[in-house]
Amino acid sequence: MLGLSVHQWLFGILSFLAVLFSLMVVFSRSPINSVLYLIMSFFSISGIYLLLDAQFLAVVNIVVYAGAIMVLFLFVIMLMNLNHDTEPQRTVLTKIIAGIIGGMLLLVLTSVLKGSSALNKSFYGTSEVGLIKNLGNVLFTEFLFPFEIVSVLLLAAMVGAVMMGKKNIN
Amino acid sequence: MNNSTLIQYLPIAIMFLIAVAFVVVTMVASHLLGPKKYSKVKYNVFECGVHSEGNARNPFAVKYFLTALLFVLFDVEVIFMYPWATNFKELGLFGVIEVLTFSLLLLVGLYYLLKKDVLNIRD
Repeated sequence: MLGLSVHQWLFGILSFLAVLFSLMVVFSRSPINSVLYLIMSFFSISGIYLLLDAQFLAVVNIVVYAGAIMVLFLFVIMLMNLNHDTEPQRTVLTKIIAGIIGGMLLLVLTSVLKGSSALNKSFYGTSEVGLIKNLGNVLFTEFLFPFEIVSVLLLAAMVGAVMMGKKNIN
Repeated sequence: MNNSTLIQYLPIAIMFLIAVAFVVVTMVASHLLGPKKYSKVKYNVFECGVHSEGNARNPFAVKYFLTALLFVLFDVEVIFMYPWATNFKELGLFGVIEVLTFSLLLLVGLYYLLKKDVLNIRD
């Protein structure tokens, strides 16, 4: 089909869906719909992870991001008291500033990725490097220190959440 | 990933398709087959109990959000145990010590949470 392999077709479809749903996140009027579109976007990105031999990452992306983090997003939307009369008005100025900042971020990201040698590699190997067994082997031997640091990071997140969320810490 | 491994994902793809198709078919079928009767009582939010007042956009206490947030943190901890569990025999005692240090640091966090009474959402 058009000289493209199955991978290229799948990648094309999945990346199209990811971009489409990301745009829907931005353009949908209701914040709840935005969150639901974001979940769809995460599912598409998980599909791309699968194509890149990152199977464990794909599953974790669904479990943690599409599952837990998105529930937190819904929580935040419920917490925010978004009644129409209290909703902050978005003026033209804030839209222009947001556009400039987003455009600059896009510029930086593309300029960084353009020079990267990782883009020239063909990712469609036959490796099973992303499988949970191989990943665990590397994680617990070679990347032992970063793994232990993650626990400190989680601890810091825990303490930070309590400090900000709890009114009267005794 | 080559074509032979791609075939392995076919059952997952079929499962996803069936899951989506089930939702679509049930929703369309309930629209087509169900009787369409309008009544004020039927479209009330609650059929019994207190009548609903105002809208649903009432902010609630942040402690529920805090509990959910802490759940996610421990969720991530459990996810790091999956690679350990699959390599349990190869890593041996070394792996046990590694995960014990990892978990002990988070247990300190849990002790902190219990001491600060964060997980108590009743008051």
